[in-house]
Amino acid sequence: MMRQNGRARALIKFAVSAAVALGGLFLLQRLLVPKYVDGIVEGAFIAEYYKEEKDFDVIFVGDCEVYENFSPVVLWQEYGINSYIRGSAEQYIWQSYYILEDTLRYETPDVAIFNIQSLQFAKSQNEAYNRMTLEGMRWSSSKVNGILASMKPEEKFLDYVFPILRYHSRWSELTASDLQYMFDTERVSHNGYYMRVDIRPAKNVPEGRILGDYSFSENAWKYLDMMREFCQEKGVRLILIKAPSLYPYWYPQWEEQVEEYAGKHGLTYINFLELTEETGIDYDTDTYDAGLHMNLSGAEKLARYMGRYLREEVGLADRRGEERLQEIWKEKIAAYEAEKEEQYIKYGMKEETGQ
Amino acid sequence: MLFTTYEFMGFLAVLFLAYYLFPKKCQWPLLLAASYFFYFIAGADYLIYIMVTTLTVYFAARRIEKNADRQAAYLKEHKAELTKEEKKVYKESQKRIRLRWLVSCLLLNLGILAVVKYTNFFISNVNGILTSLGRTEQISFLSLALPMGISFYTFQAVGYLVDVYRGTVPAERNPFRFALFVGFFPQLIQGPISRFGDLSKTLYERHGFDAKTLCWGLQRVLWGYFKKMVIADRILAGVLTIVGDADAYGGAYVLAGMLLYTVQLYADFTGGIDITIGIAQALGIKVEENFNLPYFSRSLKEYWRRWHISMCSWFRDYIFYPISISRPMQRFTKFSKRRFGEKVGRRLPMYLSSFTVWLATGVWHGASWNFIVWGLGNWAILMASEELEPLYERFHHRFGAQGRLYGVFQMFRTFLLVCCLNLFDCYSSLGETFKAFGSLFTVGNWNVLWDGSLMQLGLTMLDYGILAAGTALMLGVSLLHRTGSVRERIGRRAYPLRFAIWYGLFLAVLLMGAYGIGYDASQFIYNQF
Repeated sequence: MMRQNGRARALIKFAVSAAVALGGLFLLQRLLVPKYVDGIVEGAFIAEYYKEEKDFDVIFVGDCEVYENFSPVVLWQEYGINSYIRGSAEQYIWQSYYILEDTLRYETPDVAIFNIQSLQFAKSQNEAYNRMTLEGMRWSSSKVNGILASMKPEEKFLDYVFPILRYHSRWSELTASDLQYMFDTERVSHNGYYMRVDIRPAKNVPEGRILGDYSFSENAWKYLDMMREFCQEKGVRLILIKAPSLYPYWYPQWEEQVEEYAGKHGLTYINFLELTEETGIDYDTDTYDAGLHMNLSGAEKLARYMGRYLREEVGLADRRGEERLQEIWKEKIAAYEAEKEEQYIKYGMKEETGQ
Repeated sequence: MLFTTYEFMGFLAVLFLAYYLFPKKCQWPLLLAASYFFYFIAGADYLIYIMVTTLTVYFAARRIEKNADRQAAYLKEHKAELTKEEKKVYKESQKRIRLRWLVSCLLLNLGILAVVKYTNFFISNVNGILTSLGRTEQISFLSLALPMGISFYTFQAVGYLVDVYRGTVPAERNPFRFALFVGFFPQLIQGPISRFGDLSKTLYERHGFDAKTLCWGLQRVLWGYFKKMVIADRILAGVLTIVGDADAYGGAYVLAGMLLYTVQLYADFTGGIDITIGIAQALGIKVEENFNLPYFSRSLKEYWRRWHISMCSWFRDYIFYPISISRPMQRFTKFSKRRFGEKVGRRLPMYLSSFTVWLATGVWHGASWNFIVWGLGNWAILMASEELEPLYERFHHRFGAQGRLYGVFQMFRTFLLVCCLNLFDCYSSLGETFKAFGSLFTVGNWNVLWDGSLMQLGLTMLDYGILAAGTALMLGVSLLHRTGSVRERIGRRAYPLRFAIWYGLFLAVLLMGAYGIGYDASQFIYNQF
């Protein structure tokens, strides 16, 4: 009996110790991982999708050329199209593929729009960008494959499984936000859209430097093929786009390859660089960083063009009559307008815009 | 597979599980398989080297023992028939056979070590001579990879062979068991150089699972990781900056660099040995201690009894003693006594043996003149201390310099001496080393120690803070260790406190360890030897 008691006590001691140790590690991990709620917020975008009611007509995938260049609010308000942008900073094509695969685990949209800027990369360039994209994904085979496809030689898979191993030395940079948002963060995007209202006209846009080889890599093509086949298999219409960002420079040789690919596979390809008249993009007023990304004005113009195209050419229905969606969007529009106001004040533009 | 990689930790976890879950009779074969797997991961090409050493030493030792057994049996059988003289002649003839086995095996194995480790050093010296003679032709360097731990396992195997030759240990009959002795993986990175008589006592034993043994070992491993990852690897950036440019970083920087390097070397090497001993302990195997608080030494002689004990005792037992009692040395002793008188004549052979040992120690540490001069520098200081001993005695007696404070002064003096000698290890050439050392006395830039310049060495204030705290902890533990095992003391405390201490240490390694992106997983310094 005494021996049994002793064993039970030892077992309890072990269980309590393990719980304390693991609990402590969990809390530390939550504290140390970046929250992306102030400063660089792009790392928060991918995870925000999981908070949504997933019934989207259109899913955008890609890098900053989608999450800064299209306003889902305009798509809804003016065309009744329910859309979401699953993009993050320098999101590579393999990441976009796995994010699309991940999205289609939850829902099947009518249209997937992919910005082809990332075709230029054969492999991941930056560990920080890998992190910003992949950490927000929920664990699934898509995430595992996304990590494996993205890791640079110095990266370790285990660091993704236990992010504390990656961010172990962040304790010296912790701020109040890290404590405040340990378990949940506020939304920083509007259905994946990153808003900027300020203006910095595009002047003296640099020409692209001459490259030795303009061919996209086999790896990039492989993932574009996978994306196309996957969409075909799931009955999702894939549309390729090139946002009107003036740089990184989009070479004519690249354009030719994409056009040829789209033509060969019967895909729609829209190059917004060639549609400035149709979209109304004015590089003096519609960009906040001299042509790299659109500001709110530019993003709303592009959304209008895209919305028209999706309604007229693709035949997407106007869903503004759906009560549930109305409720959801009411809240989102309010947040969108509130941030607009906030940013106009922040950038000293309130009077100028007449808002 | 470095000790500090996830792969190694995963490897260890799987090994521990298998070791205690498999039948006990499988334990040593499992360790052998694990050791060879570990070596294979380090470089498949290296396997051939360790296998050649294992097989040649195994067979030579067996031949030597068989010969000794045959000799004993023959003498026993013919005890009555043989005269004393015949017995002596027979013994001599047999000894020659054994010696032939010993010498040929030593030549082969030390030859392999010499070729892979010193060929390019030799070529660079020949090229230097050719250049100084005005010749333009140069010998091309060979691309020879240095097999991991070759100095350690070669010395360990050679020590075993000599022990068998001397009859102090029996030859191992099972070649696989012997292969485990040579290739036991925790020792392959940086030793210690174990003796067969010590290690074999527990290496082949069957060990039942004991949570306390496992915890005990893991605690030692954790302490090793703390020293290696929190202290040694964090200092690395600062040391590399200083020694990377002897022109830019002279004077006070050199002082800072040598202090940092001495702490780094200690944390790195003792940390690695803690990990080695801890892993062995967790497996129920006893590996001998390699350090005994070396920085508490009051003299260089004492320091070398406390630092890298297994290497020093190896050189003592297998080089110093054999040379000292060799016939040529005995002849030299007689000659020098005749020539220089009893007092000097008695010392000269000892100095010569010691010179050989320190030359070998320097050469063993690395294929460069820096290490050779470092070894001879140690020898010169040790010999000078020996000669000046009577003077010291008179000084101590006259001024009563024997108290605790004087002891602290002696420790500090020895520490500084070791720091200075370590400069040879830091810089890439003798010229740079002497230039750096000279700048200590010629460049008066002492203000860099407090004007913020030290923050430009790749170490932040936070790094210095962590290093100071870590070094203080290391020092505190060493002080406590002088009066008994620190782990035992902790083990006697209440469970919550014990848990808090070890969990705290784990978190310190986890949060303050220099690992992952942004840090280069650095090799153990002694790995290169």
